[in-house]
Amino acid sequence: MSSGTTAKLRRLEPAAIAGIMSREVANFRTYWKGTTFSSILEPIVYLLAFGLGLSATLVDEVNGVPYIQFVGTGMVATAVIFSSALPAMFGTFVKHRFQNTYDAILAAPVDVEELVTAEMLWIALRSGTYGCVPLLVTIGFGLDPAWGMLLVPFFCFATALGFAGFGIAMAATVAKIDQFNYVTALCITPLFLVAGTFFPIEGLPEGFQIVAQLNPLHQLVELVRGGAFGFEPVDIARFAFLVGFALLTWRIAINRMQNRLID
Amino acid sequence: MAAIELRGVVKRFGPITAVDGLDLEVPEGICLGLLGPNGAGKSTTMRLLTGQAIADEGELRVLDYELPAEAKAARAEMGVVPQLDNLDVDVTVEDNLAVFARLYRVPDVGAAVDKALDLARLRERRGDAVDELSGGMRRRLLLARGLVHEPRLILLDEPTVGLDPQIRTELWTLIDNLRSRGTTILMSTHYIEEAERLADEVAVVNKGKVIARATPAELIAAHAGTHTAEVYGPPERLTEVRAIAEQQGLAVRPAGPAIAIVGSERANGGAVPEDAVVRAASLEDVFVLLTGAEAE
Repeated sequence: MSSGTTAKLRRLEPAAIAGIMSREVANFRTYWKGTTFSSILEPIVYLLAFGLGLSATLVDEVNGVPYIQFVGTGMVATAVIFSSALPAMFGTFVKHRFQNTYDAILAAPVDVEELVTAEMLWIALRSGTYGCVPLLVTIGFGLDPAWGMLLVPFFCFATALGFAGFGIAMAATVAKIDQFNYVTALCITPLFLVAGTFFPIEGLPEGFQIVAQLNPLHQLVELVRGGAFGFEPVDIARFAFLVGFALLTWRIAINRMQNRLID
Repeated sequence: MAAIELRGVVKRFGPITAVDGLDLEVPEGICLGLLGPNGAGKSTTMRLLTGQAIADEGELRVLDYELPAEAKAARAEMGVVPQLDNLDVDVTVEDNLAVFARLYRVPDVGAAVDKALDLARLRERRGDAVDELSGGMRRRLLLARGLVHEPRLILLDEPTVGLDPQIRTELWTLIDNLRSRGTTILMSTHYIEEAERLADEVAVVNKGKVIARATPAELIAAHAGTHTAEVYGPPERLTEVRAIAEQQGLAVRPAGPAIAIVGSERANGGAVPEDAVVRAASLEDVFVLLTGAEAE
């Protein structure tokens, strides 16, 4: 590298971020088939089990929406959290502790801020794409396409960014990989259950409803349903909340990783 | 200009002081071997030089950049070959190199990858996943990855640790070629032969400090004289021989099942038994005398 190029090194360089993402792309090419297969199959199984199963026996519709479409639009949030928080947690931990990947990257002209940013962006891009699959599957189950649905990838991307940051911060915090069981049981599962995917949160006790408003997954579910069935003015605030969540977890993840990676 | 300048560098991990007031200057264009036993602070020193560890005290300059503030700019002009294999094993040889060419902002990634493949003699294996390569090929790839941007300075952290002798010799040839081209090399090792074969100068490190530094020949002359006598036998006999040698002020060190009387040319009056095996003094004698550690 010439000294002229060196002099231009600064924070959050696109070249550094693109370089790290190119590593992720190179790895992704080796495992994309399995990931894509499970991303498509899982929402189909859920829709068959919950959507068709429950709507045939217990629930016809929720707030005027056929139950299968209610669940299908909510499943977007499920796909997003499971394709962002979990890969961020396990992937980061494995790359740091077992593969020493970050030692290699940080020996190049890359800093922790760029590393975390690139990892979050990659996870969010992937999750934003896979998050749309349940919506497409639901269209196959009778959901009418709407123009608002074109915004769903962006909603998924913003939410996935936040959960990627959360996952990376957790990976930089736990001492052993099995401690992720606590994170899953205490954070991810409750967030997933009170997102409004399978039942409207209006049916919950008032305290739970207030807590649910702080759940990014619930905001995503509402935004996706807005895209499918019509937006409301409050949806702007919901999106702003997701962006704020992403910014907060981004800074926390950088801070935690800095402590973990730099002695 | 010195490629590396460390002044009074201290790095602590809780109650452990890994680097303890280290002073080190590496002029441009030489290969300096950091020779020390395990736990001497060599790997920590390497991490300090890349900004992956921050010194508690002292001053560090690498390629005229102040560390840690300008560590990123310094890293752009240095290459690092780590002790542990951290290649992406599912990814092809070519992609492993291309990713790092991008991270180092190399303008022509394709040309840089081709050059690195030639250096590592892996052109025919460019499309293979890393986990299909032999141990020696992986090490060569690791070295090529650290050189993909043609750095001015290269840090080799125990470059041949755990490798069999044939692969080690292959890597030594590659490293020697780099040295001949004028690349500055800082190489940590605990293999005596590696330091002896590759380093223009050797700095012996122990407990986080440089305790001796010179060319291998100068170190041997200064600390071990010209000859070493190895004496074999039962423990009682070795104890007796040791006592006589030490009475004459000679340094004695364990050498596996034997004892080695260092500087045996200065012995007189039967301090060296007739059945002793006398050989030229070596860097190993210096290393063991100075650090108290067994050589590898």
